[in-house]
Amino acid sequence: MASHGIKDQVAIIGMGCTQFREHWDKGVDDLLIDSATAAFDSAGVAKDDVDAFWLGTASSGMSGLTLSQPLKLEGKPVTRVENFCATGSEALRQASYAVASGAYDMAMAIGVEKIKDSGYQGLNAAPAPHDGTKRNLTAAAMYSLVLPAYAARYGVDEDELRMVVAKIAEKNHRNGALNPLAQFRREMPAEKICEMAAVAGRLSVFDCSGVADGSAAAIVVRAEDAHQYCDDPLYIKALSFVSGTGGGLIDPDYDYTTFPECEMAGADAYRQAGIEDPRSALAMAEVHDCFTPTEMVLMEDLGFCERGTAWKEVLAGTFERTGDMPINTDGGLKAFGHPVGASGLRMHYECWLQLRNKAGEDRQIDLSTRNLGLVHNLGGYPGEMVSFVSILGPELG
Amino acid sequence: MRGIISFGGYVPYRRLDRSAIAAVMGKGGGRGTRSVASYDEDTTTMGVEAARLALRPVEAEPRALWFATADPAYLEKTNATAIHAALRLDSSVGALDFGGAVRSGIGALRTALDAKGPTLVVTADIRGGLPTGADEATGGDGAAAFLIGTEDDGPVVAELLGSASATEEFVDRWRQPGSPSTGQWEERFGETRYGPLAAQAWKEALGAAGIEAADVDVAVVTGSHSRAVKRVAGQLGVARVADDLSAVVGNIGTAHPGLVLANELEQAEPGQTIAVVMLADGVEVLILRTTDALAEFTPGLPVADQIADGAEVSYATFLQWREMIQIQPPNRPEPTRPSSSAAARAQDWKYGFVGSRGTESGTLHLPPARVSIRHEDELDAMDPAPMADVGATVVTFTIDRLVYSVSPPVVFAVVDFDGGGRLPVELTDVEPDAVRIGQRVEMTFRRLYEAEGINNYFWKARPARSGSSSE
Repeated sequence: MASHGIKDQVAIIGMGCTQFREHWDKGVDDLLIDSATAAFDSAGVAKDDVDAFWLGTASSGMSGLTLSQPLKLEGKPVTRVENFCATGSEALRQASYAVASGAYDMAMAIGVEKIKDSGYQGLNAAPAPHDGTKRNLTAAAMYSLVLPAYAARYGVDEDELRMVVAKIAEKNHRNGALNPLAQFRREMPAEKICEMAAVAGRLSVFDCSGVADGSAAAIVVRAEDAHQYCDDPLYIKALSFVSGTGGGLIDPDYDYTTFPECEMAGADAYRQAGIEDPRSALAMAEVHDCFTPTEMVLMEDLGFCERGTAWKEVLAGTFERTGDMPINTDGGLKAFGHPVGASGLRMHYECWLQLRNKAGEDRQIDLSTRNLGLVHNLGGYPGEMVSFVSILGPELG
Repeated sequence: MRGIISFGGYVPYRRLDRSAIAAVMGKGGGRGTRSVASYDEDTTTMGVEAARLALRPVEAEPRALWFATADPAYLEKTNATAIHAALRLDSSVGALDFGGAVRSGIGALRTALDAKGPTLVVTADIRGGLPTGADEATGGDGAAAFLIGTEDDGPVVAELLGSASATEEFVDRWRQPGSPSTGQWEERFGETRYGPLAAQAWKEALGAAGIEAADVDVAVVTGSHSRAVKRVAGQLGVARVADDLSAVVGNIGTAHPGLVLANELEQAEPGQTIAVVMLADGVEVLILRTTDALAEFTPGLPVADQIADGAEVSYATFLQWREMIQIQPPNRPEPTRPSSSAAARAQDWKYGFVGSRGTESGTLHLPPARVSIRHEDELDAMDPAPMADVGATVVTFTIDRLVYSVSPPVVFAVVDFDGGGRLPVELTDVEPDAVRIGQRVEMTFRRLYEAEGINNYFWKARPARSGSSSE
């Protein structure tokens, strides 16, 4: 029993991503058609060339019909997947395994979310029938628990830590400002964020991911076939997933300064990809910055820096687009926006652009010494979450 | 002889300063304060709190549970069953509502004193009226519970010497179901009815007890007609009339004789004679004598301590909690109703706050689980772990200003229980800026919300009021 991975067995040959924003003029169908069409065009294939589809959506539709009807797919299998906010990545994971197994030659992973038709602010999933004892708390409030816990564990002043996480938002807004597909394209100074009213713990609205509609899609084939379609495919080095026990909620040993599910998923991905030191191997990472403290903790859970040091590295500029370890160069969930089912694929879309040197002159990261990218995508809350990690690279081996 | 084995009064944490009413409305109110049930309390949850306090000091277990209130959380459905579940009573213990009338509380108590087997009588009320009215200011909220039985069931702390009832049909106080206020006929009329009825019942009860009025050490006199109550109290000829708690708590209607009696019993010596006189559509009289066992009795949490430990609620918030005004809720979906079948499966957890503990690891699981988070526990190798009376400490906390709540913001904490176990849980009876890491909390049974007419009951934590939640 082991997680073997499918390193270098599958390649992405085309991707598409819609703008993420409040698409009052577009529905689920439009968003799916737009991202799918962009992916087909990117790969230079037609929809009939794709043998099977994995559709990720958290709550914008049920079943494969959500995709097969608007795209008028004839005689094709479509699987709808859902895994909280890691739904989009889960779709890619399933499509990749399907191709690697030999069951299909070409598969599409597509994610979509139409958030803004609910009439409510924020993300609101309809609960399954329940016994009425589940906690009543927003995700923002659950993640706000990280700040005082981290401050206490590492002896950081709470006001200073509040500024540190505001700097994360500032960075992601700066990155988003350069990105034509991002929801928020305005820079936002950390000082201003700190002055805003708290909505959950010490977090303000600008510590939360952007609430947006959007869709993103990827087409995968077996690695040996990739060059039939594409001069510069992106190879999948690792795909890992951990679904937690929920033990963090009830275990007095859990201290809200780490997400063990993410650490485990990262370690598994590094094993699959043969990476020993992620900081020196990775050129970039797209991580799940659903709230600003999340990104800070992930820097440690994913091994980008020692425990208790992420806050210093944030202040040192390590995770800036031009820093030593660029994080969320596309603006992240914070500035690119977070249409739940699409976000995981949006993260891969940024790797698709950056690792192939296609991000554009004003945004392109330095690939001269490293060319691997990591995607981290989680769903849930501190203490009970699912976590996905993939590693991608433009070269085999 | 049958009597009181144990008792507990419950006064909710919040107080409305009566002068706050006139400050806003230009009239109404008065001096002192009244007790206010929180937005997440109803007569059922307050009944649970009083019943927990009544059962805490004794080993005896009730064989029947009777619940009386003039403000039932449900009609049609029995409210006593939720109290029964929260107390984790055996299914063979009957649970009945004595519903609707203010007189039902004293009626249930008197009936229990005439009945067989250990009987838990729970009374609770939420009293109010339209803004600026007398009932708004003089009413109060609270509960009282009594375990009634004989020496066979447990030491009796106050035995019944005699009782009497006088009944007459006249319309003095009335309320249509669902109405926010109570009507009252011209006060002079009621006074003419209550006077003779009280005299008749008082004489009969004294006769049944075989004592004279002068033998009564203290009389608890309450009722729904304040002038008549005052007049009757003055005419009983007893040594002392009990403080009716109106200065701080107010008149809590159905539960008022119980709460005032509990307060008197907590201060009484063995061998004292206590009369209870209740004026409501007639008159009920109980005459009790405290026994030597009272000296050994330690209340779950004295009424006086609860009266001393309260915090103000603003008049605006009071009006909102009593649904006299509505405020704009956060733009988030309202909670959905709990599933009856899911709730029934989770009954021990939802109502009794019972987790499970791994037989090998000893790890506490909240909610109870079949599979342990520790490898050493086998599948289904779990013991029930009742946690309602276990104290806990705040590990960390947050204030959620986004989430839907009847009374935002939501104060939420991660709490660790004494002896192990953790739960992320909502706090109540707390000021958002007063929560501290390391703060001691205890569990309290609350109505989280109502959806589609179904009350969703579960537990919250509140800053520790009682010293008795175990360390």
